[in-house]
Amino acid sequence: MASSDVARQPDKGVRSLSLAGHVGFDSLPDQLVNKSICQGFCFNILCIGETGIGKSTLMDTLFNTNFENFESSHFEPQVKLRAQTYDLQETNVRLRLTVVNTVGFGDQMNKQESYQPVVDYIDRQFESYLQEELKIKRSLHNYHDSRVHACLYFISPSGHSLKSLDLVTMKKLDSKVNIIPVIAKADTISKSELHKFKIKIMSELVSNGVQIYQFPLDDETVAKVNTTMNGHLPFAVVGSTEEVAVGNKMVKARQYPWGVVQVENENHCDFVKLREMLICVNMEDLREQTHTRHYELYRRCKLEELGFKDTDSECKPVSLQQTYEAKRQEFLVELQKREDEMRQMFVQRVKDKEAELKEAERELQSRFEQLKRLHAEEKAALEEKKRLLDDDLSSFGKRKAAAQLLQAQSLTANGKKDKDRKNSGFM
Amino acid sequence: MSEAVVPDAMVSPAVGGLYGEKAGGPMLDFSYVGIDAILEQMRRKAMKQGFELNIMVVGQSGLGKSTLMNTLFKSKVSRKSVLATAQEKIPKTVEIKSISHDIEEKGVRMKLTVIDTPGFGDQINNENCWQPIMKFINDQYEAYLQEEININRKKRIPDSRVHCCIYFIPPTGHCLRPLDVEFMRRLSKVVNIVPVIAKADTLTLEERDFFKKKIREELRANGIDVYPQKEFDEDAEDRMINEKIREMIPFAVVGSDQEYQVNGRRLLGRKTKWGTIEVENIAHCEFAYLRDLLIRTHMQNIKDITSSIHYEMYRVRRLNENNTMVAHANGIPEHHLTAHEM
Repeated sequence: MASSDVARQPDKGVRSLSLAGHVGFDSLPDQLVNKSICQGFCFNILCIGETGIGKSTLMDTLFNTNFENFESSHFEPQVKLRAQTYDLQETNVRLRLTVVNTVGFGDQMNKQESYQPVVDYIDRQFESYLQEELKIKRSLHNYHDSRVHACLYFISPSGHSLKSLDLVTMKKLDSKVNIIPVIAKADTISKSELHKFKIKIMSELVSNGVQIYQFPLDDETVAKVNTTMNGHLPFAVVGSTEEVAVGNKMVKARQYPWGVVQVENENHCDFVKLREMLICVNMEDLREQTHTRHYELYRRCKLEELGFKDTDSECKPVSLQQTYEAKRQEFLVELQKREDEMRQMFVQRVKDKEAELKEAERELQSRFEQLKRLHAEEKAALEEKKRLLDDDLSSFGKRKAAAQLLQAQSLTANGKKDKDRKNSGFM
Repeated sequence: MSEAVVPDAMVSPAVGGLYGEKAGGPMLDFSYVGIDAILEQMRRKAMKQGFELNIMVVGQSGLGKSTLMNTLFKSKVSRKSVLATAQEKIPKTVEIKSISHDIEEKGVRMKLTVIDTPGFGDQINNENCWQPIMKFINDQYEAYLQEEININRKKRIPDSRVHCCIYFIPPTGHCLRPLDVEFMRRLSKVVNIVPVIAKADTLTLEERDFFKKKIREELRANGIDVYPQKEFDEDAEDRMINEKIREMIPFAVVGSDQEYQVNGRRLLGRKTKWGTIEVENIAHCEFAYLRDLLIRTHMQNIKDITSSIHYEMYRVRRLNENNTMVAHANGIPEHHLTAHEM
């Protein structure tokens, strides 16, 4: 991200020369600035705080716009992060601002895992930058940098001390992101309480070893103002997008029955200090710290985790490529082994399946045979029955025929008898 | 995944940011946020860090390379060698000599490295005389790459890559020689080349124009893309500015580090019996254009092209030839990787 650089101390072998006239390279910073204007800037802020503590309102107030915000409920089962990107422009500077808010932070009954989604999000951004940097064909200059540059941690204005959730979360995040703690809704604390509160917070942070972001002191132009501001941390802020008439001006303020809290009044709250430090004076430094400190730490840990080293056991410098080669071989061998395993498993399964199928076939065959036998038996039985029936039928037929004959005979005999009787009757 | 990140919504509200002047003193506009203060922060950071510039000069001996460097930077950045005999003067092979100086102007500090190539084109047999130079340039890329892929890398990687190579064409007035064509053809692929016609005071204006036209035709015919390269123009504005420059390439320059009195002013020039050639007078020679291009307007652009195009091309070649599965080691599945390999 930084342009070419030079060591602070002059190298040995590099002499200083004085110029006899105007050469013109004093326009270099201008050329650099012009290029940056063309490219545009990128800034990502992460706001961590409980639901309803005023994160979205503060962002609106800081950047003087109405970001699309919706109120979240208190009943989220887990902490989620919501990221929104905006393109802002002021005079000729284009800024791509990403605001990431936590949703549901501090609402759960069991807050042990609350910090994890935040840590995961930050790591994901580092990871995607690392992937881009390690690609063979990469386009770092067009890459939309989504790494979190500043983290505003909202402390609730209890007036006593930090909550343990705050301490745990900040401790997990201090090596990954620049943390700037702010006391939210500062209009609920009186001045004296605020002073004690700030001291308590800072001492708790120090005693727990939490490293928050310190405004840089190495540049003389801003060292003085940064030192003063470092003493005012954490900033007690009030956010408001409503305007109230004070005197004859309209100012951003919160109106209460007992008075008006003016956001941009330094006596009322530290909002102006926060805006100045975050945006006007140290934005570039925040981005640089993220890139040179936090990202490098992540990169180092990630690569070491994967097994890469700069020097091997004899302390000879090992080139990354040798390690990659070795890893690649290892990986290929493992791949081969797994392929063989899979092939064996496949063959085994095929055999098993075949045996199963054969078994089933045999079973089916025997059933078929059985059924056939059954069928033949039934058929034989039926045939037998039919034969018997036929026999019965034929014998019945015979008997019927015989009976009919007998009847016919008897009829004719009776007829003769009748005729005889009739005939005899006449006589 | 346990948490979900709602995808980005792109909104473009314009921040008010009308930072005008109200009558009666400094005003603080309500809509002013302060985003444009980042320009000032960036400028401060750049001034604190300082800049680096590495220029290589290539050409036969006696063409005035050292003098031109001294004229460009108005100080003795190249010391002409004062060796005794002619044999010692001409090296047997092309040597690479790199000298660095810290210079400062109006609070802007710069580490200037001038890389000289004595012996180029001086032998009887000049075949492959560009090889040491190519090797040097690639070595610088290699050093930068090695530092970049270290696990524990330095906060500021020292930049020794050659940003710009000034090639000196002898003022024959006819056309390019085979050595010139060959060299420029090979090196324009790895570094920004700025060709200049050396000792242009031996050519009349017509001869100069004819020579330049001939050179431009030959460069085009051989497919040599010198700085500013056509393919790297970013937008219409860039193209317009660069077209004007491309019509003037190669610059016909005269170098001098001695001042003479001309019309009551002390100017850098060369005094001859028939007149004094003013180096910074554009009617006399095109030194001023070269200086403006290299230093005043396009220096940052030259460095950007070196780092984002030439260096990246080298990196792609290098990583591909070792077939290191860089991203693969980080867990990207194979099909994803092949989409990115050349």
